[in-house]
Amino acid sequence: MAEHGNYKNEFGWFADKPTVKARFYNAKAVIVGLTIFLVLVTLPLWKNLGKVIPAPDPKLDTPTITAMKDKKCVESKEFMKANHMLLLVDWREEVVRTGNREYTATDGQKYNASLSNTCMECHSNYSQFCNSCHGYVGVVPNCWGCHLDREKKKLAKAEGK
Amino acid sequence: MGMNRREFFRIAGLSTLMGLGAKSALELVFPGQVEAQYAPNAKGLVAKRWAMVVDMRKVNDKIAQACIEACHSIHNVPDMGAPLDPKDQLDPELKIRREVKWMWTDHYHNAFPGEEHDYTEEKVKHLNFLVLCNHCENPPCVRVCPTKATFRRPDGIVMMDMHRCIGCRFCMAGCPFGARSFNWRDPRPYIKKINESYPTREIGVVEKCTFCTERLDQGLMPACVEVSKGALTFGDISDPKSKVREILKTNFSLRRKQHLGTNPQVYYIV
Repeated sequence: MAEHGNYKNEFGWFADKPTVKARFYNAKAVIVGLTIFLVLVTLPLWKNLGKVIPAPDPKLDTPTITAMKDKKCVESKEFMKANHMLLLVDWREEVVRTGNREYTATDGQKYNASLSNTCMECHSNYSQFCNSCHGYVGVVPNCWGCHLDREKKKLAKAEGK
Repeated sequence: MGMNRREFFRIAGLSTLMGLGAKSALELVFPGQVEAQYAPNAKGLVAKRWAMVVDMRKVNDKIAQACIEACHSIHNVPDMGAPLDPKDQLDPELKIRREVKWMWTDHYHNAFPGEEHDYTEEKVKHLNFLVLCNHCENPPCVRVCPTKATFRRPDGIVMMDMHRCIGCRFCMAGCPFGARSFNWRDPRPYIKKINESYPTREIGVVEKCTFCTERLDQGLMPACVEVSKGALTFGDISDPKSKVREILKTNFSLRRKQHLGTNPQVYYIV
């Protein structure tokens, strides 16, 4: 035992466990670099510190909605708030793939399952309705690549004038 | 705790009865509530197999243009040659290569390659055939589509689901009729007047004629048929009493590249 030393690894016996002295190489550069990195990463937090961003306030004052006697959406407000995207995905699948264009709401009312026609007919204020929440939470649904929000056309028209 | 055979059979039988009868019982109590919330439009036109007959004896250039114009304007098909803003103008070559079309005209030797010969009848040789997606019975585009973005409906219409299209263009390679167009760029700056009730397409998807499914669901005939002054006939080819069958029964008809085995469902009368 004594002639072998008291520590063994795959290379053989050693007298003592070999030690590497812990050293912080390039300490200055690393610390400076880390600091810069942390500052950059947290920059948005510092920038918005103390600022109050108002909660989204989707507007329901389009001409069509104002003219409605009984102001209600396809489903209840709570349901639409939480599930409008799921409803739209269902509509999409049913209309495009199955050809079922008629949606019977919970209250028995029948609707044409169409984002371009049914939804946008009332909610023609994209930037004040759809985008007020989507913009706030930073989600970018790709509906508008193809479906027309009725607003842009009016803007284009105004610009044309 | 134990259950004897008689008891087991009694419970099993009762549960089976309940399972079988539950739907009809609920249907009695709450009519219409158990069924799905989605249904086809009651006014919509239905068929077992939609087909179109193009009577080239009645199609002149004016009617052909009217059909194309009607189709392209209601479906927001861009005209790559006519941008709204002059700075979106394309090179002459790109105008052709980036073209998007649902319906167009072609000469006999392009529409029916292999059928022409040196002594083809003059009239037929110079005829501008009105061509569109053939809504094949055996569509190669559907077979090659990796996402099932293009699919065959039970009524025979080869439909596009733009939401699923990933723009791989396999279908364009598969289609022997050139009926499909790819959106190489955002089509909106090239649409003269946007129809808001129908979506446009976006960059990177393939589009084609859909036999106006959205109009059929409203009980309307396809747009081209409506403006064709009787040159185009659309109907259920599986119904022996339908107009299309009647025309095909009494006239000699051609189909495009039928030797390829796709079984196209647009018939031409010359």
